[in-house]
Amino acid sequence: MRGPVVADCDMQRPPRLPRSNPGLAEMLIAILTDIHANREALSACLAHAETLGVDRYVLLGDYVGYGADPGWTIDTVIGLVERGAIAILGNHDAEVLTARSRMNEVAQVAIEWTRTQLDASQRDFIGRLPLTVEQGDMLFVHANAWAPDGWGYVTGPAEARRSLEATSCRVTFCGHVHVPELYFATATGKVAGFIPVAGTAMPLSPQRRWLAVIGAVGQPRDRIPAACYGLLDDSANSLTYVRVPYDIASAAAKIRAAGLPGILAIRLEQGY
Amino acid sequence: MPRHRPETGQVIGGFRLEELVHEGGMAHLWRVTRAEADGPLLMKIPMLRPGEDPAAIVGFEVEQMILPRLSGFHVPRFVAAGDFDQPYIVMEHIARPSLKARLNELPLRFEEVADIGARIATALHDIHRQHVVHLDLKPSNILLRDSGEAVLIDFGLARHDELPDLLAEEFSGPIGTGAYISPEQLHGIRSDPRSDLFALGVLLYFFATDERPFGDPGAAREWRRRLYRDPVPPRRRRPDCPPWLQEAILRCLEVEANDRYATAGQLAFDLQHPEQIALTERATRSRRDGTLAVAARWYRSRGAAAAARQSCAIQLARAPIVMAAIDLSTGMEQLAEALRVTVRRILQAEQGARLACVNVMKLSRIALDEFEDAEGRNRHLQRLAELKHWAHPLEIPINGITYHVLESVDPASALIDYARNNNVDHIVMAARGSSTLRRYLGSTSSEVVANAPCTVTVVRTGQNASR
Repeated sequence: MRGPVVADCDMQRPPRLPRSNPGLAEMLIAILTDIHANREALSACLAHAETLGVDRYVLLGDYVGYGADPGWTIDTVIGLVERGAIAILGNHDAEVLTARSRMNEVAQVAIEWTRTQLDASQRDFIGRLPLTVEQGDMLFVHANAWAPDGWGYVTGPAEARRSLEATSCRVTFCGHVHVPELYFATATGKVAGFIPVAGTAMPLSPQRRWLAVIGAVGQPRDRIPAACYGLLDDSANSLTYVRVPYDIASAAAKIRAAGLPGILAIRLEQGY
Repeated sequence: MPRHRPETGQVIGGFRLEELVHEGGMAHLWRVTRAEADGPLLMKIPMLRPGEDPAAIVGFEVEQMILPRLSGFHVPRFVAAGDFDQPYIVMEHIARPSLKARLNELPLRFEEVADIGARIATALHDIHRQHVVHLDLKPSNILLRDSGEAVLIDFGLARHDELPDLLAEEFSGPIGTGAYISPEQLHGIRSDPRSDLFALGVLLYFFATDERPFGDPGAAREWRRRLYRDPVPPRRRRPDCPPWLQEAILRCLEVEANDRYATAGQLAFDLQHPEQIALTERATRSRRDGTLAVAARWYRSRGAAAAARQSCAIQLARAPIVMAAIDLSTGMEQLAEALRVTVRRILQAEQGARLACVNVMKLSRIALDEFEDAEGRNRHLQRLAELKHWAHPLEIPINGITYHVLESVDPASALIDYARNNNVDHIVMAARGSSTLRRYLGSTSSEVVANAPCTVTVVRTGQNASR
């Protein structure tokens, strides 16, 4: 796989925390979401995960839309799935197949362009993606657990609580928002949010329930332009949000060269 | 939560329960062993029934989260934790009584109060550097190792500034211990490392006078009194209390965190160099504030708003201890000037920094006792005067600068030891150019660079660089 390797996060494998699932083999899982056809960002994240010795990939959807490399991105995702990755359907992916026109104008322009870029086998792959996958006590979904195909956003504790109440899984991983946040239920049933510190392994204590909104690989919106992905250490039950700097200039230049709306390039440069 | 009461001989998580060493209301402490010989171990098992004090339940979870992140001499070494059928934490067993055991000896000698205070402040600085505020510092949570280091225990109310704060989200009221809790904790702020300095101030006041500065209020609504009522000055209770100790204690007990020491490292520094503490009105205060001042503070305290975002990392970065190692020998004037330029630049960038000016008086290996005599003392005083002269153009206020003349046969080791013992964050020193002689003898600056426990900036003059 070609791609710039600019992963200088100075991160090592996260520190060992108390084991909570003694029966499980140690497994490091990279969770990537909202790639949005950004080849440079995805390449940098995969190279970064590779150096950490990631055992498995989970992709939470929105592989296309906004960015200039939808075909390459889908092919890369197909390759990862062939090697055991879990891949979930996102709203932009669904929109490529069935126009529902519920998107804003810029997104709509990008989707229409994207349709012209994908071949039948790539569209077929998208058509077979599931809305949710449950594994053990974990739920993987693009937007939320209460209506996975309604694409409602988890932007605060109220929505996080609604999502947590809609699943029996202890930990939910989702994307869609493009802003990293870790929500947790308190002992008294309240739900609170925490903005993760990049590179810090956070224990997902088994005594409570969690909802992790993983930030975007391909279009971060928390004013930090670096790509974001999640690193789940299954044996230690800890989650690390990783930031990976990547070649934004090339990704933005390709968006402009493809004739896509210029605002999509500016968003990458500003991380917003 | 445990379904059965643990018993001697039972094995939990591979650890054998040997002896119940403490039976508290919220947790039992067991001495445990396991096959691998890794020193004496202690297992903490929460003993809580559902519905019981939820702070204690969440507190155990917080301790499980934070203790594995901490390392070093000033915390018990984390060994293992379990979550499922039987929650537990296993850590190093430090078989020493807590400082609570000293309460019947109070008041302590002032020198011992300062010595214990410096040890605790050093321990606090160490955990603050690791992003953790303790938030429940009190004698029962502090042990002293045989080797003298203070060890902080019980991180059930602590806060790690890079991890979710499980406690703040759970409870709206203040969380802490009535006698020791800081004013900002009463406002729900749990991220300021200077809260631990307030609690340490309470402890030092207590150890020096045998009285707690704010009593031991039970109900949380009585805790607010400290927001407006200042404590009786220690010298009122013990007239022989040295002014420098009263200065340090009352500075820790300031209501506004900005008026306290900026870091525990700076407090440790002062308690180790009492003669260098800059005395203010606090040092000689003999009575509490009058009714008007208290009423004004009471009025202000009612509307006190939440302070700006705070964290260990922010506060420590704001207030480093910078050490300038200054060579005063003749012929070094140009380098001394270059050093001053660099130090000025560093202090301008870091407004809360403190500067320690250090000079090493090299002793000859043969005539070690030369400095015992009057001539030696005069030379020492002369060096101090020269250090002050060097620093004079920097125009640093008196409480931001200290002067130290060390005596050693090995200047590099003396500088490194000084930096280590005083929590120095940044050493600035000048290096001479190369010479044949120095190639054989080695250079002080390169040895300091190689072995210092912190950042080192080496200053050269342009001429040196081009040679």
